[in-house]
Amino acid sequence: MTKLLEIRNLKVTFPTDDGDVKAVDGLDLTLNSGETVALVGESGSGKTVTSLSVLGLHNRNTTRLSGEILVHTQSGSVDVNSAPDEDVRALRGKEVSMIFQDPMSSLHPYYSISNQLSEAYRIHNDVSKQAAFNRSVEMLEIVGIPEPAKRAKEFPHQFSGGMRQRVMIAMALINNPRVLIADEPTTALDVTVQAQILLLLRNLQKEFNMGILLITHDLGVVAGVADQVNVMYAGKVVECGKVDEIYYQPAAPYTMGLLSSIPSVYGKGTGRLSAIQGQPPSLINLSNGCAFEPRCSLKTLVTNANCATDKPLLVEDSAGHFARCHLDLATRKIYGQKVAAKGIN
Amino acid sequence: MLKFIGRRTAYALLTLLLVSMATYIIFAILPFDPAALSCGKGCRPNLIEANRIRLGFDKPIWEQYWLFLSGIFVGRNYGMGDAAFSCPAPSFGYSFNENACVTDMLKQALPVTLSLAIGALIIWIIMGVGLGVLAAKMKNTPVDTGATIFVLVGTSLPVFVTGLIFLVFLTIKWNIIPLNLTGYVSIFSNPIQFLIYFILPWLTLAFNFSAIYTRFTRSAVLETASEDYIRTAVAKGLPAKIVLRKHTLRAALSPIVTMAGLDFASLLGGAILTETIYNLPGLGRMSLKAVYEFDLSVVVATTLFAAAIVIFMNLLVDILYAYLDPRVRIS
Repeated sequence: MTKLLEIRNLKVTFPTDDGDVKAVDGLDLTLNSGETVALVGESGSGKTVTSLSVLGLHNRNTTRLSGEILVHTQSGSVDVNSAPDEDVRALRGKEVSMIFQDPMSSLHPYYSISNQLSEAYRIHNDVSKQAAFNRSVEMLEIVGIPEPAKRAKEFPHQFSGGMRQRVMIAMALINNPRVLIADEPTTALDVTVQAQILLLLRNLQKEFNMGILLITHDLGVVAGVADQVNVMYAGKVVECGKVDEIYYQPAAPYTMGLLSSIPSVYGKGTGRLSAIQGQPPSLINLSNGCAFEPRCSLKTLVTNANCATDKPLLVEDSAGHFARCHLDLATRKIYGQKVAAKGIN
Repeated sequence: MLKFIGRRTAYALLTLLLVSMATYIIFAILPFDPAALSCGKGCRPNLIEANRIRLGFDKPIWEQYWLFLSGIFVGRNYGMGDAAFSCPAPSFGYSFNENACVTDMLKQALPVTLSLAIGALIIWIIMGVGLGVLAAKMKNTPVDTGATIFVLVGTSLPVFVTGLIFLVFLTIKWNIIPLNLTGYVSIFSNPIQFLIYFILPWLTLAFNFSAIYTRFTRSAVLETASEDYIRTAVAKGLPAKIVLRKHTLRAALSPIVTMAGLDFASLLGGAILTETIYNLPGLGRMSLKAVYEFDLSVVVATTLFAAAIVIFMNLLVDILYAYLDPRVRIS
C-alpha cells in the first residue's frame, strides 16, 4: 500500500455579500492504493466541494482555498492548492480522474463517444488518432459495453443512464489513473444499475490497484464498497474509521442519526420513518460550538461541556476510530450499540 | 435526409401557394381599381376599360390568379395587336407604374439587397460573436463593461438614428468615407467603388445586429461554461483554450446559426430603413414604393419573394442544425 493522496487541513471558503461560507473547514484525509475511502454526509456538508478541490476545479476568483492537497505521483508530489496551473492540469485525467453524479449531463452532447474518449487519451499520450480510437474501444469493452467498436461511434443521447455512467468510467480510467474520485456515481441511476456500476468499480479497482475516493450520501453504497469512512457535517469530519466500526459502533450522534434514518426493507417497523430533526445549518457565521448541537438528541446528556459554545475536537476513541463529540465515550457506546442493533434486526 | 428535405420542400411549396392566394384575395378586396390607377388622373372611361382588358383585370379573380400562376412557368402576354408585349417566364406580372415586367425589376433590385445583407451579415457575425466571446471570457473586467455599454447603445438606437449619425460624422464632418454619388455598382465591375458604396449601409445595419449578437453570445457562452460536460472536459486535463474552442463554443454558438439564418432572411425581404436612408435601389425600397403607389403586381411579387426566402432559410437552418447537433440528426 502506497499513499496516493493526502489532504491536510483543507479549508474551502466562498466569500459572499452576507459573509464567508465555510464549505469545508479543516479536513484531513489519506487515501492509499487499492483502498476505498468514503465521504458521507447530507447535501451541503462539503463532500462535493472537497472532491472538486482535489482536481483544482474551483474557480479561483470566487473561492478561497487553504491547506494542502498532496497528490503523490511516481515522479514526485504535487500540492494541488499551490502548484502552478500547468502542473495541476497534468494531473487531471492522468493521475487523478473523476466521475460525476449525473451521467446524463456530463458527456458533451455534440461529440461522439469515441471522440470524447480519444480526446482524454491523446491529451496525455502522444499517439495517433487510430491508436486512441482502439484504446477507447478497449476501455468500452472493459466497462462492459456490448459491441464497443460500433457503439463508440454513437453519440451520448443514444445511451441509457447506466451505459453513460459506464462511458464516464471508461473515460476516467483510460489513462490508468492512480486515484479515482467518484462523486455520487450511482445517485442518478436505478437500483439494479447501481449495483452493476459498484461491482464494476470494485473489479476495476482490484485490476488497476486504484485508490477510490467515494463521495455519497447513500450509506448502503458505503457499506458495500468502502474500507474507510469519513462522516461529514457542516464542512467538518464528525466521525471517521473503518467501515465496520462506523456501522457497528457509531460514535458520533450525527452518524447514529444517519444510520437510524435508513429505512429497513425487512422487519415490521412502526410504520413511521425516523429522521434527524431540523435542517443542516447555514454555513455562514457558524457558532464556535458543535454544528450539530441544535439537532442533537443526545446533547442533554452532556455534562462536562456546553455544546452550543464549546468547540468539540476530533478525538481518537479507539485505534483509528475518531469522533467529534463532547459526550463521554461510555454513553456514546451504549447509544451507538442501540442504533446498530436496531439496524441489524 | 433526402426524405426530410423532400417533405420540407413540399411543405414550402404549399406555404408559398397559400401566401400567394392570400395576397391575391387582399388584392381583390381592396377598394382600388388597378385599371384606373394604371392610366393616371383624369383618364377617360373608355381608356380605363381598354387598360382593364389589356392588363387582364376584366377577368374574374380566380382566372387572374390562374394566369398569374401559369405566368410563373410559361410567361405572360399582355394586350393585342401593335400594343402587345410579353413578360417571358418566369413572369410575376407587369408593373404599370414602372412600365416594366416585375421579374426584371426583381432582377435589378435583388443584387443591391443581397450585397447589403451579405456584407452586413459578415460584419455583424465577426463583431458580435467576437465581442460576445471576449466579454464572456473576460467577465467582470473593463472589457466586459465596455461590451455591455456597446450592447445597450446598439440595441436602443434605431437604424435611422445610427444611419444619420454615421452619414453626418463619417462622411460629411470627418470625410473618412467619401460620399457616393455614382449609384450602385456591382462588386465584379468595380470592387473599390462597390465597397465605398456599401460601407456605410453595412456599418449601420451591422451596428444594431452586432449589439444583439454580442449580448446573445456572451450569455450563451457563460451558460454553456457552467454545464456539467464542460467540467468533465476540464477534469480530463484539457487546457483552457481547447475547452473554450472545442467544447464551450461548439455548444454555445450552434443556436447562432438559427438566429443568423432568420435575420438574414428577413433582411433579404428588404432592409427598408437602411435602403431609404442611403437611397439604395433594393427590394425594400421597391416594395415600399409599390405599396404607396398601389402597384399590386409588385407587392404580390415581393411578398412572395420574401416568403420564399424565409421558408428557404428556415429549411437551410434546419439542415445545418441537423449537421451541427447529432441529437437532431436521428429524430
